[in-house]
Amino acid sequence: MATSLNLISRTITFFEEIGDITLFAIRYFRAILMPPFEFKELLRQCYILGYRSILLVGVTGFILGLVFTLQSRPTLMEFGAESWMPSMVSISIVREIGPVITALICAGKIGSGIGAELGSMRVTEQIDAMEVSGTNPFKYLVVTRITAATLMLPLLIVFGDAIALFGSALVENLKGGVSFTLYFNKVFEALSFSDVIPATIKSFFFGFAIGLVGCYKGYYCKKGTAGVGEASNMAVVYTSMLLFVIDFIAVFVTDIFFEV
Amino acid sequence: MNKYPSNNKPILEIKNLKKSFGNNHVLKGFNLKLFEGENLVVMGKSGSGKSVMIKCLVGLMEADSGVIRIKENDITVLGQAELDLLRTEIGFLFQGSALYDSMTVRENLEFPLRRHKKKLKMEEDTDTLVVEALDNVGLKEAIDLMPVELSGGMKRRVALARALILKPTIILYDEPTTGLDPITAKEIIQLMRGIQEKYGTSSLIITHDVDCARVISNRIILLVDGINYAEGSYEELIRSEDVNVKAFFKQ
Repeated sequence: MATSLNLISRTITFFEEIGDITLFAIRYFRAILMPPFEFKELLRQCYILGYRSILLVGVTGFILGLVFTLQSRPTLMEFGAESWMPSMVSISIVREIGPVITALICAGKIGSGIGAELGSMRVTEQIDAMEVSGTNPFKYLVVTRITAATLMLPLLIVFGDAIALFGSALVENLKGGVSFTLYFNKVFEALSFSDVIPATIKSFFFGFAIGLVGCYKGYYCKKGTAGVGEASNMAVVYTSMLLFVIDFIAVFVTDIFFEV
Repeated sequence: MNKYPSNNKPILEIKNLKKSFGNNHVLKGFNLKLFEGENLVVMGKSGSGKSVMIKCLVGLMEADSGVIRIKENDITVLGQAELDLLRTEIGFLFQGSALYDSMTVRENLEFPLRRHKKKLKMEEDTDTLVVEALDNVGLKEAIDLMPVELSGGMKRRVALARALILKPTIILYDEPTTGLDPITAKEIIQLMRGIQEKYGTSSLIITHDVDCARVISNRIILLVDGINYAEGSYEELIRSEDVNVKAFFKQ
C-alpha cells in the first residue's frame, strides 16, 4: 500500500514538474520577444556552449564513425555488400545516430554545466543580487543560455556528423583501400534532403531541450549546495529522457511528410 | 551616532507585514519606519524572520499581506518596470556578498550601470564611477581581480561598492559582519558609517551582532517571533528589564 502511494505521489510530482517546465518554456518565449536584448551575453554563451564543446563532439564523432564502420564491415562483407558501406553509414549517422549521440553528449556537458552554474548562482544569492539591481535575471541568464544552446547544437551536430563520416572513410581507406573521394561521392549520392532537413530541424529542438531543462533545474535550485549537485544531475536525466521523446516525435512527423 | 535623526519623514515604511511558509508563520504583523538619514538596526535570533522581511522589502519574496512603502511607492502594487526603477534607489548588501563569480570586480560594478546609467542620467563615464565606488571602500587595486581571488572582507567591501554604484538613497544590509573576523567586521562597520556620513543615505541593517548594532544604530527594533518585540536606542534597550531583551543583549 505504502509503495503504491509512493508511486502515485512520484508520478504526480513528475507530471507537475512537466507542467512547470512547460510554463518555464512559455516564459522564455515571452521574454525573448521583449527588449532589452542581451546580445553580448548571448554571444558569450554561444562561445561557451558551442566553441568549448567542439573537441568533445569531434572526438566522440570520430570514434563513433570508426567503430560503427569497423563493426558493420564483417557483416556487409558476408553478403558481398561492402560497396553499400558509405550509404549505410552516412544515412544512419546523419539521420539518427549523429544527432542523438551528439545531443546526449551535450546534455551531459552543456545541460549539467548550465544546471550547476545557475544552481550555484541561486544558492549564493547571485540571482537575487541581479534582480535587486534592477536587471531581469531571467532574460540575462536563462534566455541567453537557452537561445545559445538552440543555435549551437545544430552546428555541433553537423560538425560531429562530418567528423564521424571522416572516421568511417578512414577505416574504409585503410581496410578496403577505398579512396576518400570515392567514399564521399558515395555518401553524397546516398544522402537526400529528406535525410538532412528533418535531422537538422530536430537538432534545434534537441538544443532547446538541453538549454531549457538545464536552466529550469538550475534557476529553481533549492536545498543549498546539495541542491546544486541534484540540479546538475537531474538536468542530465530529464534532458536525456526528453531527447528520446523528441526523437520519437521527430521520426513520427518525418514519416508523415517524407517517405522514409 | 546614538541619536534620533532630526528629520521625521519616513523614507521606507512597513505596515502589518505577514508571511508564512505552510504552517510556519514567520512574520505575524511586523511594522517598521525608516527615516531619512537614519541607521535603523533590526535584531533578532536566527529564524526570527529578519531575512524574510528584508527579502519582502525588495520584492524578492511576496508577502502574504501588509503594506511596504518605499519613497511613497507601495511596492506590492508596482509593475515590474516600476519596481526595477525603484530598486535603483536601494542598495543591497547580501550576507554572502553575492558577487557574480564569472565576472571581474570591474564587471561586477559595471553590471548595474549598463542597464540604468542612462535612465538615471548619470553623466560620469562608467570607468570613473567604478573607480570612485572602489575608492570609497579602499579597494581600487582589486579592480581586475576575480571574486575567487578576494578574501571574505574584500568581497564584502566590493559588494558594498556595487551596492553604492547607482548612488542609492537607501542601503539594506543583510548581516554585514557575519562570517568575518572581529577586525574585518570593525572595518566594515567603519565603512558603513563613513558611507552614511558621506552620502547621507538611510540604512536598514539586519544583524544579530550586538557590537555592530551598538556602533552604528540610531534606533534598534528587536524582532521576536515575527513581531516587533522592543524598540529604542541601544542605551534604552541595554537598560531594559525585560527578560527577552536582556537575554539578547547579554549574549
